[in-house]
Amino acid sequence: MNASGLAAFSRALRDPRAPCPRGLSAWNGSDVAPRLAVYRNNVLSALTDVLAQTYPVVRELVGAGFFAALAARFVRAHPPRSPVLARYGGRLPGFVAADAAAAALPYLADVARLEWARCKAWQAADAPLLPATTLARALADPRRLPRLRLRLQPSLALLRSGHAIAALWAAHQADDVAGALAAVDPAQPQNALVLRRADEVLVVALSDGAAAFVGALQQRQTLGAAARAGLAASAAFDLAASLALLLRLQALAAPTPAPERAPAPSPSPTPPAGSDRGPTR
Amino acid sequence: MHDAPPLPPRAGLGLKAAHLRDALAGRADVGYFEVHAENCMVEGGPWPAALDRLGERHALSLHGVGLSLGGRRRPDRAHLRRLARVIARHRPRAYSEHLAWSGHGGRYHADLLPLCWDEPTLARVAAHVDETQQALGLRLLVENPATYLTVDGASLGEAQFIAELVARTGCALLLDVCNVQVSAVNHGRDALAYLQALPLAAVGEIHLAGYAVDRDAAGAPLLIDTHGAPVDAAVWRLYEWVIARTGPRPTLIERDRDVPPLAVLAAEAARAERILARARPALRQAA
Repeated sequence: MNASGLAAFSRALRDPRAPCPRGLSAWNGSDVAPRLAVYRNNVLSALTDVLAQTYPVVRELVGAGFFAALAARFVRAHPPRSPVLARYGGRLPGFVAADAAAAALPYLADVARLEWARCKAWQAADAPLLPATTLARALADPRRLPRLRLRLQPSLALLRSGHAIAALWAAHQADDVAGALAAVDPAQPQNALVLRRADEVLVVALSDGAAAFVGALQQRQTLGAAARAGLAASAAFDLAASLALLLRLQALAAPTPAPERAPAPSPSPTPPAGSDRGPTR
Repeated sequence: MHDAPPLPPRAGLGLKAAHLRDALAGRADVGYFEVHAENCMVEGGPWPAALDRLGERHALSLHGVGLSLGGRRRPDRAHLRRLARVIARHRPRAYSEHLAWSGHGGRYHADLLPLCWDEPTLARVAAHVDETQQALGLRLLVENPATYLTVDGASLGEAQFIAELVARTGCALLLDVCNVQVSAVNHGRDALAYLQALPLAAVGEIHLAGYAVDRDAAGAPLLIDTHGAPVDAAVWRLYEWVIARTGPRPTLIERDRDVPPLAVLAAEAARAERILARARPALRQAA
């Protein structure tokens, strides 16, 4: 196939209405359309699977059939540009927000934003935790405290929504989803903190004050400035409680540029004898 | 990767996230685990960390789907750099890619697409294999494709094309026996004749998988390489034929859809292991 052949094939993959490219055939002379359709199905189902993995709650909210149709529209509008599909689908929230068929669920786009943040958090860079002793030393020095700059984990994301996105997401993790959803008022504005801790990605609802505080820390503002931002957002802001929450969530990373991320594990020369045979023999 | 020992000539399993805990606990007695290269291209998190731990006890192999060796453009330099980082961190014993194209015009198609078996394509793919081998400092394994239609204009047979590619580039062959069966049925050709025309001495790894059966517009069987079913009886027969000629080769049970519990896949791996053991010279068994 020359360049125009590949281009025609590419078009036919994305668009079921595109003509079947010339120069393709079947050994028995049969119509190649159903054979070409195998490739088209492969592409669509592979990308739909990626989106379904990234957006399981969106899929539950709209149902499998609606989601498949939404994914098909999205894949045609935004085909991947990179073979690293772990990062495919980041434009789905915006696509949902503009999609007429999805407009019946006004919170859907924000739930999608939350799930994209979870996807990014899952694969975000690792950073060593802030050692408890370092923080304890800083807290013991009230003069330096306001100027302290805390560093948040690279996986941390903060979302503000006019909808109860953290509660909606949490309800979909329950055994009885319908029962849990019945207790949620989707129209309640909510802030959500997304963060990877050990091997799981957490979703935590934050008060307005705490969200303003964390948002300021995200912008590398000093602890003093962040506390003022928290208070400005809500008179009920509690600095000690917010700091304790960040500690409990392991949201704080060691200060200063983290040491070079784990280099390739030791250049182990030869494996120990018999390691070919697996561990259980 | 020149210094990495080769994959052990044993049965291996494709690593699925659902099996990670069991795999880390050593609940599958397999020679190696294979991971998809593109899934490792993340900044951090649990997946690469788990592979670090798994790699301490098991040989790993790396299987790529995104290099588009048959594409018009030379291999994407950014992708080669990502591959080099993955290889430096996880130190796989082997890295394989497909004889296919998977992107065009800056789009990635997320599928392995068919090539024309002609001289210009051969020259292009050979150049891409050369460049990949040089950039990564390794001997690439190239996998024979599963295809559903014929691209007109071929001047070579598929097996001849592969033999010529191996001869020109010194790459190794990842022989996917399921793909052999799928393509043989889908193009009305003889699987054994195809295998006989391949450079079997270059086989560095074997893949086994299951397929689904569909029909083409004329009602002829059309096999779909789904990786979603147990290895088919016809594939086992072809595999035994191959191993009788090549001797033991690292053999992967591939399963990407409807993934059963690890023990079910381990049973298929054990079946491959028995076939490998029969082909193993007596002195190896005594050792």
